[in-house]
Order: sequence, then C-alpha cells, then structure tokens
Amino acid sequence: MLRIFLVALATLSIIAPAQAHPHVWVTMRTDLVYAPDGRITGIRHAWSFDDMFSTFAVQGLESKEKGKFTREELAPLAKVNVESLKEFDYFTYASADGAKIALADPTPDYWLDYNDQVLTLNFTLPLKTPVKAKELKIEIYDPTIFVDFSFDKQNPARLVGAPKCKLDVQLPREMTFAEGKKLSEIPADEKNTTMAWGAQFANKLLVHCP
Amino acid sequence: MTQVPRLHLTQYVLLVACILLFVAAIDCAFAQPFGVTRGPAPPELGGFAGWILAKQAEFYRTLSGLIRAAKADGSAAYTLLGISFLYGIFHAAGPGHGKAVISSYLVANDETWRRGIVLSFASAILQAFTAVAVVGIAAALLGATAKAMGNTVRVIEIVSYALIMLIGLRLLWVKGRAFLRLLREEQQAHHVQDHSHHHHAHDHNHDHDHHHDHDHHHAHNHDHGHHHHHGCAHSHDHDHEDDASAWGHAHAPEPQELTGKHWLRRGLAAIIAVGLRPCSGAIIVLVFALAQGLFWIGVASTFVMGLGTAITVAAIATLAVGARGLADRFAKARPGAGMLLLRGLETAAALVIVFFGAALLTGYIVSERLLGV
Repeated sequence: MLRIFLVALATLSIIAPAQAHPHVWVTMRTDLVYAPDGRITGIRHAWSFDDMFSTFAVQGLESKEKGKFTREELAPLAKVNVESLKEFDYFTYASADGAKIALADPTPDYWLDYNDQVLTLNFTLPLKTPVKAKELKIEIYDPTIFVDFSFDKQNPARLVGAPKCKLDVQLPREMTFAEGKKLSEIPADEKNTTMAWGAQFANKLLVHCP
Repeated sequence: MTQVPRLHLTQYVLLVACILLFVAAIDCAFAQPFGVTRGPAPPELGGFAGWILAKQAEFYRTLSGLIRAAKADGSAAYTLLGISFLYGIFHAAGPGHGKAVISSYLVANDETWRRGIVLSFASAILQAFTAVAVVGIAAALLGATAKAMGNTVRVIEIVSYALIMLIGLRLLWVKGRAFLRLLREEQQAHHVQDHSHHHHAHDHNHDHDHHHDHDHHHAHNHDHGHHHHHGCAHSHDHDHEDDASAWGHAHAPEPQELTGKHWLRRGLAAIIAVGLRPCSGAIIVLVFALAQGLFWIGVASTFVMGLGTAITVAAIATLAVGARGLADRFAKARPGAGMLLLRGLETAAALVIVFFGAALLTGYIVSERLLGV
C-alpha cells in the first residue's frame, strides 16, 4: 500500500514543474556599466519585444495619437513590467570570479518606448555592491522558457567605462543531433550533471579584466 | 478461489508504476528537459522535445507576418490557417497539463478511447472559445488593457485548477477507497463462495464511475460474478462465470452504472477543467489580429489551432486508454489480484490529477503566464 503511494509520488515528482512554451521573444542589447575604479556597478538592459507581444502589451492603452505611444503614456505599463520581473530575478544572473553577484531592483529611471510597433523596455539593474572581477559572467534566460531571449545581432552588448577589459558574447547555439541523442539517453529521473548543457545554450556575457 | 500470495503484490505495484509511468512519460518526456525550478539552473533543451519546441516556436513566429499579409492578400489567410493548424498540433505536443489530466482521467475512470477523443476535442474547442470570448469581450468590446485581460485569465485559471483538483480528489476518494477495501479483502484472503458477503461489499461501490456503452439496464441485476470495474466496457463477451472466478469478487451492477448515459455529464467537469483556461498564444494572436482590424481571421486561426491541439491530445489520450487496456488484459489473466492492480492503477491516476491540480494552484508548476501585464 505504502509502496504504491511511494511509487506514485516518485512518478509525480518526475513530472517537471516548469511547463511553458515561448510566447514572448525578446531581443536584447545589454550594457555593462563600470565605475572609474574598475568595479562593475550595473547592468543596463534594452529589451525589445516581438511584434505580437508588443501589440498585445499596448492593447487598450490610451494615447493621444492612434498607434503611437509616448514614454509618459507607457509609464504605467513600464512600472508593471519592471515590478513583475522582480519575481523572475529579472532573468539576469551574474557572477564574479565564480561567486554569485546580488543584483538590486532596477533604478527608477526605467522606461518603455514604442517604435515601429516594437515595444522596448529600458532598465538598469544595479549591483548591490559593486565588484571588481577578473572573470565576470552575466547570463540572461528564462528557466521556464516562456520568454525567449536572444542578443541583438548588431549590438549585443557593450562595456561602458572599462577600457582594459575584454567582452566576449556567447550566443546560444543549436544542439547537434549527437548531443540531442546523448541528452535523451540520460534517464529522466537522473539529474544531468555530466553535460553542462544550459551553459552552452544560455545567452552569456563574459568579461575578462586584467 | 485463489489466495493471492503477498509476493505478488510487489509485481502488481511494479506494473501499476510502469503503466502510470508510460502515461506520465508521454507528457514528461517533453516537460522533463525544462524541468527546472525558477532559479539559476539554465534551461536544457534537446532531442525530440527540443525539436517540438523549435517547430512550434517557428510556426508561432510566422503567424504575425501571415496576419499582416492576410490584410492585403486574401490567399494568405489560407496559409495562416494551415500554419495555425500545425502550430496547434506541435503546441499540444509540448509541455502542458491538459494531456496529463485528460489521460489520467480516462485511465482512472476506465473510459473508452472514443470518449477520450470526444473529451480531447471538446476541451480543445472550449479552450479556443474561451480565448475568443476573453479577447472579444474584454479587448474588442470593452477596450480592456492587456493587464485586465491577464487578470481575467488568472481568475479563469484558478477556477480551472481548482476544478482539476476537485475532480482528482473525488476520483481519489472513490477509487482509493475501493482499492484499500480490496487490498484488505485480498490480505484476508477471502473466498468468493460467500455471496452474501459480496453483496455487502458492493454497497460501497455506488461511485457511478463505471458505465458501459451499451444499455444493460436492470437486466444484469442478478448475482453472477459480473464485474464492472475494469475496462470491460468494450469487451463484454466473456463468460460471466469465468469472470467471477477471475476477479474473485462478485458485484451486482447498479442500474445507473450500466446505462452509460452519465459519462458525458461526468466528463463535462473534465472538459471544463481542462478547456476553461485559454492558451496565452491564442490570446496574443487574437489581440494582434484585432489590432490589424482582422479579428475574424484571428478567431478562425484560434479555432483551427484548437483543432490541431485536439488531434495531439486525442492521440495521447488514446495511447493512455490503450495502456489501460493492456493492464485490463494482464489483470484478467491473474485471478483475484488482477482487480487489485486495476484499482491501484485507478487510484494512482486519480493521484496524478490531484497532483496537477494542487501543483498548478500553488504555482509549483509554472504555467504560462502573460508576463508583466
């Protein structure tokens, strides 16, 4: 009896908690902002939403000119966006020389703009404590994959005020057939520790400083 | 009458687990690769699941262009419908609780594959309908914002998840009790000669969860060992005397159990529970179509998507019913304990539904949400 329930529970635990499909596509441009003393102080994001989600998000919003929205008209929406992103840690994960970096809530100067039916959210995530790091790593992704992030092809990321550092943008890549096969051979109830897939498929910024 | 050695129990537990796993695997084969809680663990995509995901994303992303094109060129509307259909098929193959709940429901309730298909289509069409209703009323008529729509969907969501849990709990109550009772009886190694005892036992079985396709009505209300609790709905040609010995427990069927007219009413709760919550994708597409002044194209696209979704869900539901059928056949070959297996399977399936309802309600399963609106 007890065994049956244990087996059932074990089965249920396999059914993974995160269930989603991408419904929002974000094209990112990210600035890493440094202080003159070489410490990184913040991450400045500009996230452009895909046309369908942009249209959806501005549905029903009042505007003076039809189909155009000013920053002021979009301010309430920007507030909701930024506030609801908190729950998801702003989809931004940072580490300095291997240690996790704590990010604070966005500075109040965030805003939305709407150009050519594309909505763009601009916000800056300050570091709780600015750090100096030889190896800085920033990753941006949604673990539930409801939001699909990708860097802008032309201007993925910039270093602001860090002349001696080198920026390396790692884009997510397609999984090869062999990799897919190998991954599928890992039993479902086994934690995948042998293959660091996520790292290879996340959007990653690496900064090397002397 | 057979006395079931304790040894067998382990085997049955294993078989129940296997069937349940099979049903769950259909779903979690897709869900697992993304099986990470919110937090620093990055998503893992790959293999078949990754391909499904990539495909449905690809289809979804072409929808906006096609809606725009349909404005100028009517023939683009046909392409739009075609892509919507494919999107529905692929979308439903990805992670989502609908398939798991419907499949478990069919297994627990011992429904036929035909009913499974009806449930799948009805819930998918209802889902399309809710999306159209939400966008049609809120956005098109009232000019509501995305945030207001998001809130509406959230309320619908809570009702839907609570309903899933209620269905699961009710099934668990009925099936779980029957299972426990049977387990006790098996352990006491009762013999079937004592008919009066079994009439007694039958009293607990007023769950009305077992119906038959054909109308027996009261004709079967006699004392043969005809058993109505295990997928016999589609195979009624077996010898009743053999059946009695095979199952070891005789029950005089309830007239209500035999008419088979209640299944749809009973299934209605499942249809509503699964179909009430509109798909975020459909809502976004509808709002986009509305903004282009092509709301009706969006409505058509949504219903075609629902059709695609229904096909995938129906296929998976049919597999689940097939798995249950295998269990039935296996159980039939094993006297006495076969019944235990089926009751155990039904109980486990009910547990799956409870789990999904609870997990969705508490937010343990991160369902699709309309980000930041």
